[in-house]
Amino acid sequence: MSTKLSSSSVGRKVLMALSGFFLLFFLAQHFVINLFSVVSEDTFNEVSHFMGTNSLVQFVLQPVLLFGVLFHLGMGMYLESKNRAARPIKYALDKPSENSNWMSRNMLITGIMIMLFLGLHFYDFWLPEIKDKFIDGKWDDPTKYFPHLQHKFQDLTRVIIYCISFVFLGLHLSHGFQSAFQSAGFNHNKYTPLIKKLGTLYAILIPVGFVIIALFHYFTQL
Amino acid sequence: MDLTLKVWRQKNREDKGGLETYKVTGISENSSFLEMLDVMNEHLIMEGTEPVAFDHDCREGICGSCSLYINGEAHGPDRKVTTCQLHMRMFEDGETIYVEPWRSASMPVVKDLIVDRSSFERIQQSGGFVSVNTSGNTQDANALPIPKMNADKAFDVAACIGCGACVATCKNSSAMLFVAAKVSQFAYLPQGQLERKQRVLNMVEQMDKEGFGNCTNTGACEVECPKSISIEYIAKMNREYLSASITSEN
Repeated sequence: MSTKLSSSSVGRKVLMALSGFFLLFFLAQHFVINLFSVVSEDTFNEVSHFMGTNSLVQFVLQPVLLFGVLFHLGMGMYLESKNRAARPIKYALDKPSENSNWMSRNMLITGIMIMLFLGLHFYDFWLPEIKDKFIDGKWDDPTKYFPHLQHKFQDLTRVIIYCISFVFLGLHLSHGFQSAFQSAGFNHNKYTPLIKKLGTLYAILIPVGFVIIALFHYFTQL
Repeated sequence: MDLTLKVWRQKNREDKGGLETYKVTGISENSSFLEMLDVMNEHLIMEGTEPVAFDHDCREGICGSCSLYINGEAHGPDRKVTTCQLHMRMFEDGETIYVEPWRSASMPVVKDLIVDRSSFERIQQSGGFVSVNTSGNTQDANALPIPKMNADKAFDVAACIGCGACVATCKNSSAMLFVAAKVSQFAYLPQGQLERKQRVLNMVEQMDKEGFGNCTNTGACEVECPKSISIEYIAKMNREYLSASITSEN
């Protein structure tokens, strides 16, 4: 009997949860770094330069992050296709809102919206950074990060798209945070209520924080 | 009460099927949903129409036979009840009620409102048992000390009647609450320890073979479960599975 984790439904759930935990951690550190841009231009440049040039971050953590994002998306799509195949005939009348919330039922929709946003975000920040370093060979400009950030947030349309995307992020996190614990097998009478509260807090604070940072840079440049 | 029923009719597995509309009148609000269907069928027989086929047996909520998706919810709009325990007072006079079979590729419709739930039987056969000789030489139950909490949890999940409401209501048609209940029931008790690892591995493997969907933790199953089995047992099954996968020798 095969006990391959990746080929069983439970194993895939656990892998989905583990990649979710990793992305939750990444998101928190991304938020903290962005917060520096509100507090101090120099500190933001310094931290961004470190993240952009440190070998461990660039050549180990960055590929792991990319893999984590693509794995989370790919596995989510694969599981959704299996789930749809499991019910080929739908109910004529179905009332899912009587027993579950919208966020838990639409993780794929909110997830795809986040991925579309990531496309824009990569275009805005990641691709220029890759071009600078790996095509143009410019590794030694520690002051470019803050002006680049400011330049992007001069555009109102872009700021609005970012803010809407953070709403989808919040909806995704509101279910994803506590769901990851459940999938990893962590459900306990004493701790699960706390995890759910922490999840709600995380799903509000992080996206709202990102929105405030985007709006801060837009309005301070008017 | 006078009601309009939209009932799923399907001749056999191969038939496409569809909703038929029937009127029923003079229904007591104190009657059960199945009794209302009995009245409807009597009228159909008198009219010379074939009665609607539906599963039922004990009619007291313990056999798990009745299995109807009523007005968009498994076992209807009431909570912690099976269809046979659902009373007509949960509906309004003049209401239109949709009556459909469970929908799952792993539980195909056999006829009208009856579905084939033998996928549950095969999962149960793959590991939902303990190999204990019960032919007259069972030891006294008190000879094995079991913590009260474990006994309570085992009893909670042993309440699962295998009706399939969890599969029917899950947007992914997942059977994880059912399998979690059957795995946990034995994992909490000393009698279940010998086959503990192989049980969860086999039952999850069989569940996957049957084509059930994956759990996305919406929690719909625990809301619609007539025995209120919590999704904490799905987390328990996940732990059991992880532990067994990592420590098993094959």
